[in-house]
Amino acid sequence: MWTYLQVELYKIFRRPRTYLSFVAITALIGVIQLGLLVDGKEYTEFVMADFANTFSVDGKILNGYFICYIILQLLLVHVPLLIALIAADMISGEANMGTLRILLTKPQSRTAIVTAKFLAAAIYTLLLLIWIAVLGLFVSMAIFGTDDLFIMKSSYVVIVKESDIFWRYAGAFCFAALAMLTVSSLGFFLSFFAENSIGPIVATMSVIIVFTILSTMNIPIFNIIKPYLFTSHMITWKEFFDFKVNDANEAMVGSIQYPEKIIKSALVLIIHIIGFAGASILLFRKKDILS
Amino acid sequence: MHLFNTRKIVVALCFFLSSLPFAKAQEMNSLVAKVKAKLDLVNDYTAEGKMKTDVAFIKAPIGRVKVFYKRPNKFKLQRDGGISILPKGGISINIGSMIMSDGFLAIDAGETVVANTKTRIVKLLPNADNSEIILSTLYIDEANLLIMKSVTTTRASGTYEMELSYGQFAKYGLPDKVLFSFNAKDYKLPKGITLEFEDTDQATKNRLKGKKGRVEITYTAYSINKGIADAVFN
Amino acid sequence: MQSIITVKALTKQFNNLTAVNDLSFSVQDGDVYGFLGQNGAGKSTTIRMLLTLITPTSGSIEIFGYPLSTHRRDILQQVGAVIEKPDVYKYLSAYENLKLFAKLSGMKPTHQVLMDQLEMVGLANRAKDTVKTFSQGMKQRLGIAIALVHDPQLIMLDEPTNGLDPQGIADIRNLILRLSRERKKTVIVSSHLLHEIEQIASRMLIIDKGKKLVEGSATELFDTSQTILQLMTADNNTAIEKINQTAWAKHLQPIREGNIIISLNRDDIPLFNRMLVEKDIPVFSLQPRHSLEDFFLQVTAGKQYVDIFTS
Repeated sequence: MWTYLQVELYKIFRRPRTYLSFVAITALIGVIQLGLLVDGKEYTEFVMADFANTFSVDGKILNGYFICYIILQLLLVHVPLLIALIAADMISGEANMGTLRILLTKPQSRTAIVTAKFLAAAIYTLLLLIWIAVLGLFVSMAIFGTDDLFIMKSSYVVIVKESDIFWRYAGAFCFAALAMLTVSSLGFFLSFFAENSIGPIVATMSVIIVFTILSTMNIPIFNIIKPYLFTSHMITWKEFFDFKVNDANEAMVGSIQYPEKIIKSALVLIIHIIGFAGASILLFRKKDILS
Repeated sequence: MHLFNTRKIVVALCFFLSSLPFAKAQEMNSLVAKVKAKLDLVNDYTAEGKMKTDVAFIKAPIGRVKVFYKRPNKFKLQRDGGISILPKGGISINIGSMIMSDGFLAIDAGETVVANTKTRIVKLLPNADNSEIILSTLYIDEANLLIMKSVTTTRASGTYEMELSYGQFAKYGLPDKVLFSFNAKDYKLPKGITLEFEDTDQATKNRLKGKKGRVEITYTAYSINKGIADAVFN
Repeated sequence: MQSIITVKALTKQFNNLTAVNDLSFSVQDGDVYGFLGQNGAGKSTTIRMLLTLITPTSGSIEIFGYPLSTHRRDILQQVGAVIEKPDVYKYLSAYENLKLFAKLSGMKPTHQVLMDQLEMVGLANRAKDTVKTFSQGMKQRLGIAIALVHDPQLIMLDEPTNGLDPQGIADIRNLILRLSRERKKTVIVSSHLLHEIEQIASRMLIIDKGKKLVEGSATELFDTSQTILQLMTADNNTAIEKINQTAWAKHLQPIREGNIIISLNRDDIPLFNRMLVEKDIPVFSLQPRHSLEDFFLQVTAGKQYVDIFTS
C-alpha cells in the first residue's frame, strides 16, 4: 500500500500537467496581487462605494489578510478545475493509456490500489492548497503587511482584529481542504466511469458549476435543494471570519458566530468524501477491466 | 482627521456666538462663556482611549485610539493600529472647541436631567442662513460648567447626538467617555458580490434593522498642558 | 506433470453477450500453450479472467493449485503478462517504467537487474528515453521486460505480435521458445494466427464464440489419421453422384466454397485418387489438409478464413 502510494505520487509528480496547476495558481495569485498592488485603492473604493457614503473607514484595509480573503474567495471557485484535472484522470487516464490493465495484474489488492490512488489525489489537492496558502496568505502578508481584516458581507460588515485573524485562516484553510477534497473525490469517482480523462474532468466541472449556480440563485424551488448540494457547504470557510458580539455589540475575540454551521458543513463534506471514495473503492473492486 | 469636520463647526459656532442681542440670551451667553473659560484652562492635551463602534450591521473589535488637542482648534484622533469605522460628516469629538467664540443666538430652552444631573438646555442658532449647522443644542451642568450632552443637526449629514460623562478630569471640562449617536442607513450588498449562498436568517435581519449607530470613546489617560508640537496635527 | 492452470466451466456474460461459454481447459507445467481463435472469439476475455481483470460470471479458475479468487495476490506474484498493446507510462523513460512496475511486483530492483532486463529485450541503449519516442516494437519489448522483470513462473501473452514487423514477430517467437526451453517457464500465448501458434505451441486450445472447439497437444491435433481432402472438379454434381455410388460415400462432407470435402485417413488418399481416375472424374485439384485447419474451415468463412491461413 505504502509502495503503491509512493508509485502513485511519483506518477503524479512526473507529469507536466501536475505542475500546470501550480503554475496556474501562481499566475492567478500573482495577477491578483499585482492588480491590487497597483490598483488596490480603486478596488476598495469600488467595493465600499455604498458604505463610504455613510461611514469613513480609516486604516490599512488593503493588507495581506484582506488580499488573502479575496484570493480565497476567487480561487476556491477556480481551483476545482485544477483538481479535477488530476483527480478525474486518476483512473480514466490509466484506462485511456492502457496502463490500468498492467497495473491490475500486479500483486496488489484492488482496494489498496484504488485507496492509494485516492490518497495520491488527496495529497495533490492538499499540496495545491498549501501552495495557495503560501502565496495567497504568506506572500500577501509579506507584500501588503498585516492589519485588521475588513470584510463586507451581504448584510453586515465585520472587522476582525489583527491578533484574532491567523487562527481563523488556519481554520479556513482546513475547511477549504475539506471542500477541495470533496471535489477531488467527486472527480475520482467520476473518473471511474470513463476510459478517457476529458469526460470525467468536464463532468466534474459541470457538476460543480451547475450546483454552484443553483446554490447562488435565490429562487424558491432551488432553495429547497440548496442544503443538499455540497457546493452550498463549500464556502462555509467564510464563517471562520465572523465572530460573536455580546449584548453591548462588543466583539468577542476568538469566537465564531455560527460554529454549528461550520460543523454541519464539514460533516456534509466529509460524508460526501467518504461516499465518493467508498463508492469508488466498492465499484472498482468489481469492475471488469476492458480497456 | 478629515472625518471630524471640526473647522466647519468651529467657524459656524463662532458666527453664532458673536451676536446675542437679548437679555436671556445674555444670560445664556455668559453661561456658555463660563463653560468656555473653563475649557480654556486646557492649552493642550493628549489622551489614550478605547473606541468602540456600535452599529448594528458593523461588527468591530474595540480599538485603541490616541487623541491630540491644542488650543484653539487643533484636534486629531489617531488609531493605534487596526481599522476603524466612524460616521461620515461633521461631528467633532472635542466639544470644547465648539464654544470658543461667538456668532450664535443662544436661547434658553429650559432644564432637564441628563445622566442623573440637572442640566440647562441651550439652543444655539447660527446667524448665517447657509451655515452647515442648522441647530445645536447643548445640555449644560450649570453647577460644574460641564456639557453633558449635545445634539447637532447638520445640513448634509443628519443629526448627531453626543453624550459625555466626566470623571477625574472634570475640572478641566474633559470627559472620560464620549458617546456619539447617529442614524445609520440600512446596509446591503448583493450576494453576487459577496459570494454568499445563504440568506441571512430573520433574527439577524431584525437585529440589524432600525437601530441607531453609536461610537463610544473611553479615555484612559489624559496628559494635560504638557505642550504638543504643531507637527503632530499635520 | 503438474497442472499450472485448471479452468472449469468458465463463463462470462456481458449483458446479452456470452463472451466465454462453459470453457474448461488445463495448462501443464512447462507448456507453451497456444490459445487460438478469431478476433472476438473470447481469447482476451479468458486471459483477462486468468489475470483477475474480469470477474467470471461462473466457473472456476485454479492457478498453481490454488483458487484464483482467494489467492489472487500470491498467484499474481508469479505471473507476468502482456495484454494486447503493451501500454506503459509515456511520460516516463523505459528504465523508470520498468522500475515502477518492478516495485509494484514486490521487488526492490537493483540498477543492474533493471539494466539486464532491458538488455534482454534490446532496449538498454534507450533506457533513459521517454517511451513517447518509442516505436510499437520497442514498446512491445518493454512490455515484455515489464512482464518478466520479477521472474514469474507463468507468463501470459495476449496477441504479443500484434502490430509487429516480421523481424519483431520472429524475435518474440524466439523469446517465447527461450523462456520455455532455457528458463522452464510456462507460457500462454494467444493469437488469431494459426501458423504463429503452430510453430511454438506444445499444446493448444481453439475457441470460437466463447466455446472450446478442441484442446490437445500439437501431435494429437496434427494427427494424420484425420485428414480433410479438398477436391475441385469440372462438374462437382456429377462427381458427387459418382462418389455416392462407391464405398467412399460415407466420407463425403458438405460442399464448401466450391470444393468437395472428403474426410479420410491420410493413407487412403492414393486409393481414393485411383477411384477418381477409374470413375473418370476430371480433377482440377486435390488438396489434403490436417484436421486442425478443418476446424477453422468449419467455424470460419470468407475473410476470416483468409486471415487464418494466409496472413
